[in-house]
Amino acid sequence: MTEDRFPSLRLVPKSDEPQSPKDFKTDQEVRWCPGCGDYAILAAVQSFMPELGIRRENTVFVSGIGCSSRFPYYMNTYGMHSIHGRAPAIATGLAASRPDLSVWVVTGDGDALSIGGNHLIHALRRNVNLKILLFNNRIYGLTKGQYSPTSELGKITKSTPMGSLDAPFNPLSLAIGAEATFVARTIDSDRQHLTSVLRAAAEHEGTALVEIYQNCNIFNDGAFEVLKEPGTRDEALIRLEHGRPIRLGAEQGVFRGPDGGLHLETVTEANQDRILVHDAGAANPATAFALTRLADADTLHHTPIGVLRDVRRPVYDTLMAEQLDRAAADRGEGDLAALLTGSDTWTVA
Amino acid sequence: MTSQVDQSEAVDGSDGEGRSGPVPPPGTGTRAAKPIRRLDRVIIRFAGDSGDGMQLTGDRFTSETAAFGNDLSTLPNFPAEIRAPAGTLPGVSSFQLHFADHDILTPGDAPNVLVAMNPAALKANLADLPRGAEIIVNTDEFTKRALAKVGWSADPLADGSLEAYHLHKVPLTTLTLQALKDSGLARKDAERAKNMFALGLLSWMYHRPTHGTERFLRSKFAKKPDIAEANIAAFRAGWNFGETTEDFAVSYEIAPATLPPGTYRNISGNLALSYGLIAAAKRSGLPLFLGSYPITPASDILHELSRHKNFGVRTFQAEDEIAGIGAALGAAFGGALGVTTTSGPGVALKSETIGLAVSLELPLLVVDIQRGGPSTGLPTKTEQADLLQAMFGRNGEAPVPIVAPATPAECFTAALEAARIALTYRTPVFLLSDGYLANGSEPWKIPDADELPDLTVEFTTEPNRPDGSFWPYLRDPQTLARPWAVPGTPGLEHRIGGIEKQDGTGNISYDPANHDFMVRTRQAKVDGIAVPDVVVDDPGGTARVLVLGWGSTYGPITAAVRRVRADGGEVAQAHLRNLNPFPANLGAVLAGYDKVIVPEMNLGQLALLLRAKYLVDAQSYNQVRGLPFKAAQLADVLWAAIGNLDEEGRR
Repeated sequence: MTEDRFPSLRLVPKSDEPQSPKDFKTDQEVRWCPGCGDYAILAAVQSFMPELGIRRENTVFVSGIGCSSRFPYYMNTYGMHSIHGRAPAIATGLAASRPDLSVWVVTGDGDALSIGGNHLIHALRRNVNLKILLFNNRIYGLTKGQYSPTSELGKITKSTPMGSLDAPFNPLSLAIGAEATFVARTIDSDRQHLTSVLRAAAEHEGTALVEIYQNCNIFNDGAFEVLKEPGTRDEALIRLEHGRPIRLGAEQGVFRGPDGGLHLETVTEANQDRILVHDAGAANPATAFALTRLADADTLHHTPIGVLRDVRRPVYDTLMAEQLDRAAADRGEGDLAALLTGSDTWTVA
Repeated sequence: MTSQVDQSEAVDGSDGEGRSGPVPPPGTGTRAAKPIRRLDRVIIRFAGDSGDGMQLTGDRFTSETAAFGNDLSTLPNFPAEIRAPAGTLPGVSSFQLHFADHDILTPGDAPNVLVAMNPAALKANLADLPRGAEIIVNTDEFTKRALAKVGWSADPLADGSLEAYHLHKVPLTTLTLQALKDSGLARKDAERAKNMFALGLLSWMYHRPTHGTERFLRSKFAKKPDIAEANIAAFRAGWNFGETTEDFAVSYEIAPATLPPGTYRNISGNLALSYGLIAAAKRSGLPLFLGSYPITPASDILHELSRHKNFGVRTFQAEDEIAGIGAALGAAFGGALGVTTTSGPGVALKSETIGLAVSLELPLLVVDIQRGGPSTGLPTKTEQADLLQAMFGRNGEAPVPIVAPATPAECFTAALEAARIALTYRTPVFLLSDGYLANGSEPWKIPDADELPDLTVEFTTEPNRPDGSFWPYLRDPQTLARPWAVPGTPGLEHRIGGIEKQDGTGNISYDPANHDFMVRTRQAKVDGIAVPDVVVDDPGGTARVLVLGWGSTYGPITAAVRRVRADGGEVAQAHLRNLNPFPANLGAVLAGYDKVIVPEMNLGQLALLLRAKYLVDAQSYNQVRGLPFKAAQLADVLWAAIGNLDEEGRR
């Protein structure tokens, strides 16, 4: 049953008939650069949406500014292409006032983490019922190639000819620090994995942050190649699965160190019982946070993908609706005449 | 102890002398045989340290005055700091109340009575007092140290420097402590009731009813009955002190005003505005969504609306000003009546989102409670210097309609008017109030809820093209409004955004001719908004000078006009409630007078617009002191304008 699978969509009307990916395509010409990773993400999302089983008209995509933020124009749902960095705020107002909608935010590393960083962290701590897809290409694309808040230190770009000076954000560390209840990472080119993460995000009640490593083939080509190439990915990529030991390639596993951090070791008979078993639902965020720190920021070696954290916490829009219901139950539906009159009046005959 | 009335609003040209003679006191049969003098109006200012409870004292006196049936107008004036250092000039907080037996328009130019709780309060307010005014001081606070704190080397209560005033030296603290000696309260707690002692004394002096205040104190301190009883005891002790002490030889009576028949309550601008928003939601059938970030002097609206969730009102305290308006715009996309409330600095932050709302053509109310600027400026003081920001403060050609209430009570109708424009024309609308309207209060004739304007909105639910498709920018030929189709409506899925859109389809368009057309169309939509004609008050029909104002200057301008007319001068008056677009008859009105005077609490922003649009030689009169104009000051300006014209005529 859809209802059981997507509790976050409990209040969204169900579709009467099956939908196909085609139903979610618009007549607008897609205008990303040829070869952009955005195409693969768009195709994956369009293919995934029918699975939700909700009415198309009750789906809304809200975006900010940047290459990724053109996304809503290509989704045959309701949509708003807003202003730089503000999509989470706008989507919060929409989701908080319309529990019958499935609201998605599409954003990029500059949009979400630079100009819109404030809105992102506050959406996460509030736990509004939003699904935030953060396309991270570690570069500014639309403004033609300046370094972004996720670019590696020392990045040579047009605005940093001698190398960038500011340390990058780790988006997932940031999200966990901001009390996020759902944090995941996936990769544009891995359709199957991407879809599985979208599914988990859709199932989550509250704000879901999905970081999607996305290739900008014009300004930062190959940024994630090490995670994609058959020759390197087995040594670089860690696939997280809830309830399963966390392993890298055939020989290595993730272990907890004495300092509480995580590290990789060659798995032996002696230590194999101590391999960390992934628990996305752990109430304590410490292990999930440690997982976000596992990757080497420069080489991307030991990069975990999948759902790092998925926990339950009261949802902002639900709480807001409950307060309204409770106020009406306690005091009765608002009576305008009584409100205007108040308690302290006098009459002139 | 005779002159209690100044000339600020002498409608009848009287010299302000009260009609004296004993009259039966209201509400009490036990009053001793002290003379009672009848006055037609009084201006009282309560002043003390920020922690002395002067705003509460003023509020209570106002409530009793409203309940008694006087017309009234108030001016709270307090520092931005919550607790400035005690006893210093910056820490002085005051509350001025003007009440009368007839229709009045301002909180008054100069107080007849000053209650000064400490030397700082006396020093900060002395310059505003006319000769002969009464001063009631708390002598307990006039210590050497307290005097030194405000730079007084000699005690003004003793050195004769206050000879021009009628001074009442009252040891308010001592008397309060004596009255509460059996209360069991610690000295510090008992001392805090001294403002209620002062209130009791003033209530005796002006025959205010007392049961409302006693009821109020019992309910305010319901959980601390000993504090409630102590405050009531101090309040009664103050009343009895007036009754028995020989220092207060006379009490005063101000008859109720004869207002139009109806049921009244006292209301402040921010409360009226909050009610207007709830009423607009109710009358439009839309849920109200407020996205806001706390800022003085607008926060009261957030607080008030948060109390009314049983009206389906959602209030969202955002992480910043931008998120506040963003959430309101998101809610508007979803079919709510979206509102954001702020003051000038907040508007600056919201500008980009207001521009987006112009481009999206969604209804949105932007409420700006103006305060002194630039930057942080004077957070708790009034000004009307955001007009040009509201008019032009966005990138590109981004016209936004502007509505401005003239009085605290009018904030209610202004909210309904702003909502009407936003919903009918699918546009963001500015509502420009200010700190003076927000915190000031006046009697309000409570409207019939069922007779408020019908703001019913019809969402678009059907395709609007012959081929069964939906164009989000296909406009209504009359209003030029685009359809409002909200998510959840099958078949009308569409995408909107801040990039220029093709006329009709709403698809992205970079076509030069289309952009030119869309810019002009958005402007034409705002220019075409139906607003009421401006009404000119020109009783003789022969005035040559027109005084034109907007916003909260209505009170002092009208009071000044009355004064000029009472003294035989001829002046016409008009007041703008719609500033974008201007009323259709405004050009003709301006052209009908030899001289147009525009008083503003800015450096001439409306005058600039009038000059640009109508090629009229509008003369600015400006003040940016953080305080409203005084009627006497504006009357002088009007007399000068009339005089200059006469002189020019003779040349």
